[in-house]
Parts: sequence; structure tokens; C-alpha cells
Amino acid sequence: MFGLDKRDTTLLLIVAALVALAPFLLNPFPENSDLAQFNAGYPDLMQRFVIFGIFAIGFNILFGLTGYLSFGHAAFLGVGSYAAVWMFKLLSMNIIPAIVLAVIVAGVFALLIGFISLRRSGIYFSILTLAFAQMSFALAYSVLTPITGGETGLQLALDDPRIIGQQVTEGGNIPVPSLFGLEMRDSAELALGPWLFTFNIGYYVCAIIMLIAFYISIRIFRSPFGMMLRAIKSNQQRLNYTGLNSRPYTLAAFVISGMYAGLAGGLMASMDPLAGAERMFWTASGEVVLMTILGGAGTLIGPILGAGMIKYMENIISKINKTILHEWFYWMPDGLEDAMVSIVYPFIGKGWHLTLGIIFMLVVIFLPGGLVEGGQRIANFFRGRKAAKQEGKGTTEPAE
Amino acid sequence: MGILEVKNVGKRFGGLQALSNVNLSVAENTVHAIIGPNGAGKSTLLNCFVGKLIPDTGSVMFDGQSVLGRSPHEINQMGISRVFQTPEIFGDLTVLENMMIPCFAKRDGSFELNALSGVMSQKDIIERAEHVLEDMNMADKRHMHAASMSRGDKRRLEIGMCLSQEPRLLLLDEPTAGMARADTNNTIDLLKEIKEKRDITIAIIEHDMHVVFSLAERITVLAQGTPLVEDTPENIKGHPKVREAYLGESA
Repeated sequence: MFGLDKRDTTLLLIVAALVALAPFLLNPFPENSDLAQFNAGYPDLMQRFVIFGIFAIGFNILFGLTGYLSFGHAAFLGVGSYAAVWMFKLLSMNIIPAIVLAVIVAGVFALLIGFISLRRSGIYFSILTLAFAQMSFALAYSVLTPITGGETGLQLALDDPRIIGQQVTEGGNIPVPSLFGLEMRDSAELALGPWLFTFNIGYYVCAIIMLIAFYISIRIFRSPFGMMLRAIKSNQQRLNYTGLNSRPYTLAAFVISGMYAGLAGGLMASMDPLAGAERMFWTASGEVVLMTILGGAGTLIGPILGAGMIKYMENIISKINKTILHEWFYWMPDGLEDAMVSIVYPFIGKGWHLTLGIIFMLVVIFLPGGLVEGGQRIANFFRGRKAAKQEGKGTTEPAE
Repeated sequence: MGILEVKNVGKRFGGLQALSNVNLSVAENTVHAIIGPNGAGKSTLLNCFVGKLIPDTGSVMFDGQSVLGRSPHEINQMGISRVFQTPEIFGDLTVLENMMIPCFAKRDGSFELNALSGVMSQKDIIERAEHVLEDMNMADKRHMHAASMSRGDKRRLEIGMCLSQEPRLLLLDEPTAGMARADTNNTIDLLKEIKEKRDITIAIIEHDMHVVFSLAERITVLAQGTPLVEDTPENIKGHPKVREAYLGESA
């Protein structure tokens, strides 16, 4: 189906189902229960899951296939956000032109940076991209304030022209981003007994775009172009001595992944129409590297899993505080309760980075293929047991 | 006029004169061996043919066109394929994929953004790659990871990848270095078979005299960066200068 083989189609359909049912799947706990804080099914976070999913899918096209580790990918995300917000300011609050411009601007920017950075490979390439990204951040933060809004970030204002759209709402407010009248922040709620599920328009817009992005990435992975990229990762020397010029291939991969980042940035601005320089900071570039490696670089679904995992931890674990810990351990004797709380405390709240660091370390050491490899091992384990069972049967049957 | 004409080539690395005044002519459809003791400049010379190094002086002409200043992929597209001392293949790819890549290079040139069609829908490429694999007796290994094969098989694959491009000149850099005797003999047989089947010029750099004398029709002996003699294998065998340079015998 869709020009994919059976396995890839299944994967795409599974991802589509997960994404469509996410408001249910991420809200497994009743609204007022103790565990409700582990619910991730609120619009803001779900949007972030899919947007960072897109960002990581695009990063994986570059890093997973060619092995070129860009350490400045957040620059394209930031540029995309700025472009989108400018579109909201100048043209209209429709998200389509904003997203299109975000992708184009990020692509042009990636072409420029890639053209220079790809003259080097390995660590020098990473450092060059990092340098460019930090440069962009610094420029956005200070010199380019008229364009970027500097420290405060780029925000919408009542007197923005919005030439083909509505400048001010009837209530005198700034209009919100929409898709032909569908406002991104609109939600429908469904209460089933104690459960509450939220279906947000912005989330589903992002989700559909992510599915398209995921589909395109599968096509790229399975194309001759994707094979060339894997060949670059495997042995660039042989590729050159086989009559192929690796530079345009890596540049194309770089631009494509930059455009994915721009798309993510544009969507981010569409969900919440402001853009700040901190989106380009190097920690943001590092985050997408973590997502991709954690999920499994070079695999199709890995980056999405990694993005989901990191965003979940960032938003859920960081919200656990001391009071909640005391509630959890209240059944213990007093001394033990305090001891337990002080042991767990460094790993929660602002300490979620520590938890992330430990998980990342464990994954890199024990599962170099990321979460996807973990899944495969589990699957193989069960398949192995099944096979062994069948084999056992096979040997007993002839005896009968 | 040979297919590869080397005139007056010199190359200096800092204080070391690696090559000086090298003149060489490889005639079309012959097997030409370049031999010489360690450090004679054989590999440096080969690197000058394929665009990895640019000589300081002189010219290298392939089929009447200069190769100097061109990048490796351009020189390959002119019709020169190179086999490395240690087999250079795409270790992470399967054997069939390895073979498909030169077929793409042959069909599409040095770059083609073919991002949305499936690899498996490229029937002509797959057919061609399978065909070469069968020629190389490797069809049964097509789904193996290239990196997991034996050294002899890797070499066979690499030669096959070069041949699938139908080059006019095949450069071999010590193709049997570090191989067991059986693998060496297999490689010799393979090269002989290739030579019989097609119109191809082979230039071979080799240490192993057994390989050289079973294959070469012309031999150039290189010593300290300059050609000592160029002659037929029979004449080279007894040449006093060669024995001196090679075996350290005093003539």
C-alpha cells in the first residue's frame, strides 16, 4: 500500500493508530486518582510529542543514514519558528502559509550551513554545525532584535498588518492561529465515568503532518537515495571510487533534515504563536541527538519513541515534588519514609535530567540500537521460546 | 600509444622524493604489473592515477585525456576502477546492495536525487547486480552482510563491483596481500577469467612474484621512485638490475 512493502505499511498503520488514539492511550488513569499526574494526554504535551517526533524523524534522515552528526539542528527549528510567526504577523493567522514558509526558510538556511559544514566530516562537521547554531542563537538574541524580538522573543501584536487575514478579533484581541477557521487551541472533551479525554484540533493537525512526514521518511529510507546515504555511512571512500560524488548526497540529506526541523518549528509556532531565541540554544540541538540515539538511530520508528520518551520525562517526572513523594511513601515508618524520600528526591522535579542521563547511559551501553533494539530483543526472546516449543513438538511427534 | 600514458611524473612529500621522472605506458588490453621493493613508490604512483594525489610534475593521460586535478569519482566515471589493498566494500550493506551501488553509478552518473522510488522497483539495476553476482559465483551470498564475509569473498565482491561498471582500466593494489595461498590462487584464476572474457586493461601492483608472473604480460620495476626497467616477464626474471634491487643480490 502507498508504494510501501508489507512490513512498512504495517508500521505506518500502527503509528497512525497510536497517534490517533493517543488521547486515550496517554490518559490511562482516572481524573482524580493519585496516578492522574502520570497522564500525558493533555493537548500541550501531546502536541509536543508529535512536533518533536517530526524534528527527530528529520534528524534521523541525516544522522541515522549518513552518520553525519549535526550538533546544530535546533537552529533550523528556530528559524522555522521565526518564519512562521512573521507570517502570522504579516499575512494571516492561517497556519498553512506559515508552515510552508517555515519549511522553505529552514531549507534555504540548511543549504547555506550545509554547503559550508559538509566540507568536513566527523567531529569537525559536528563542531562547524554547533558553531553555526550558536552563532544563530547569539544573533537572534542580540543583533537581529528587530527581526527576532531579541530577549523577549517574537510575539504577535494588535497592530500587526495581517494583510489578508483578520487583524483584530471582534472582542479586540489578537486572533489565534487557525486552519481555515478551525482554531488550533479548540478542544472537545469526553468524560467517561471518572476518565476525561481531550481531543485537541492542534494536536490532530500536528499528528496528520507527522504521519505524512513519517511516510516520506520511510520512502526516503527505502529509496536508492537512502541506499546511497547508507553507503556513505558505511564507506565513503568506496563510494567516491565507484564514481559517485558523496557531497551532493550529504547536502541533500542535510537540507531535507533541515526542512523537517523547519516544519517542526513552524508547527510549534502554529500551536503557540511566539518564537524565542532559546529554541536555537545548543541544549536544544543536543536534545534531538539524545532523542534519536535513545530511540535508535537509523531505525524508522526509533526517533519517534525517543522524542516521546524524553518529552514525557521532561513534563511528567519534572512535576513530581517532595509533597507527592511523601504521599507515596506515607505508609512507611516515619524514619524510613524520610530516608526513601531523600533517596528518590534527586531523580525527580528539577532532577529529571539525572534520571534521563542514567537511562541514556544504560541504553547506550546495553542497547546500542536504542529502544528499538530493546523491543527487538524482547520480540526475539518470545519468538525464540515459541520456536523452541515448536521444535520440541517436532522432535516428539515422529516418535509417536 | 597506450591507454594510460604517464609522463615525467614526480611527487615529493616534504623531504622525501617519492616519485621522480616516472614514464610509463600501459597498452590497451594487456595486464601490466608494477613491482618493486617496499617504499619504491608503487602505491603513490597508483594514487596519482585515481585522483587521490596530484603529482608535482608531469602528466597522467587516460585515453588521451588528463586525469590530473579531477576528483576520484570523475576519474572513475572516465572508466578507471580501483581495487584497494584491503578490500573496500560497504560493510553495513548486503552483498546485493553492494553490487547495486556501482550499477546505479553506471546508469545515473555521479549524482541522482532518486528519493521517492523504491530500491526494489529498480528492476534493471537488480537484474544487472544479480547477473554480476552470478558471474562472480556469489549469488548464494546475496543477502549476507558484506562485513561478515571472508577476506577472499570481500575481495571477490570488490572486484565484481569494479567490473559491474565495465571499466576500461582496472587498477589492482596488491589484490592478494594478506591472503592465504588458496585465496590467492582463487584470485589469480578470477583475474585470468576476467581477462579472457572481456576487453579490459589491468594494471596491477603486487608484491607476490607468483601472482605477477602468472598474470602479467608487461612488467615495470620501480625502485626508489623511478622505473628501473620495463620488459616482458621472461626478461625481467633474469634481469640483473632487478635481482639487485629486489633481492639485494650484488650483480
